[in-house]
Amino acid sequence: MELDRSLDWLQNTAIARTIAENEILFPWIESVHVLAIVLVIGTISIVDLRLLGVASLDRAAKHLLHELLPYTWGAFVVAAVTGTLMFSSDAVHYAQNFYFRGKLVLLALAGINMAVFHLVGVGDIDRWGATRTTPAAAKAAATVSLLTWIAVVAFGRGIGFTMH
Amino acid sequence: MGPSFAHSLDTLCKWLEQTSLSQAIQVNNWVVPTVQTVHILAIAVVASSALMIDLRLIGVLGTEQPLKVISARFSPFLWCALLVLMATGAIMIVGEPPRSLKNPAFQLKMSLLLLALAVTGILELLARSKMPFRMSPSGQRTATIAIAAVSLLLWSLIIFAGRWIAYYA
Repeated sequence: MELDRSLDWLQNTAIARTIAENEILFPWIESVHVLAIVLVIGTISIVDLRLLGVASLDRAAKHLLHELLPYTWGAFVVAAVTGTLMFSSDAVHYAQNFYFRGKLVLLALAGINMAVFHLVGVGDIDRWGATRTTPAAAKAAATVSLLTWIAVVAFGRGIGFTMH
Repeated sequence: MGPSFAHSLDTLCKWLEQTSLSQAIQVNNWVVPTVQTVHILAIAVVASSALMIDLRLIGVLGTEQPLKVISARFSPFLWCALLVLMATGAIMIVGEPPRSLKNPAFQLKMSLLLLALAVTGILELLARSKMPFRMSPSGQRTATIAIAAVSLLLWSLIIFAGRWIAYYA
């Protein structure tokens, strides 16, 4: 299969082999990955709780979003890079792992949810964002966001328990 | 670490391992992964709460809001999440006593945690303007930024140490 050959090539690159064979490199990359993930989820949940009308109600929603977005994105980039590095060290096996695949699906869902919200659900956030009530669409997006990211963490742990 | 401390630790681990709670956790192998997941989610709350407060203290984020407001908003989340971390942590310790208690990464994590708790407490006092000692305004500014930076560093190191527990097990 074309994919298997690409994965095989990937895990035989110099970087991938270095990570796979070096005893302390993988744990360090993984640690940075965990730090990045908790910041992604943490900053997203601050926004989600605002959209649900549960917390930070004195803060204009649009302002909160714009303030936190750079941090969420920065942390996500770090998570994606470290995740890719770890993946490359054992690409074929990770690709076959149920929890890894599930995690990718959940990440895609989280991304789609965010995109839909920013394109459609955000609506006239200038108006409702300054009040203490949030529209149903925002609440729905925030709920889906929280649930998918919680599942991402659960599946990520699942990878740890089912790989090698 | 003296021999009598190591011996006490050994006795504690052996005793914990044979308790029915420990046995139950070991037998039901969904418990540890589930508890770990909750633990990580609580870490996310602590880390992001601390990030918000510390960035405000350093003067990088939310500067149009009073420090008191930011601290009052995120501190409850931080402390509640810390309680969840201790509860889930306790379950993991009881479930696998030697993996944690005898583990150098775990011991480092606990030492760093004590420091982080002290720093977080000090920062809350600073936010409420209850300065424990006299200082010039510029001195106060420098100290605030320094302690906030230390706070961020400590929480990051605690997360690293937490991950390394698995590699020293």
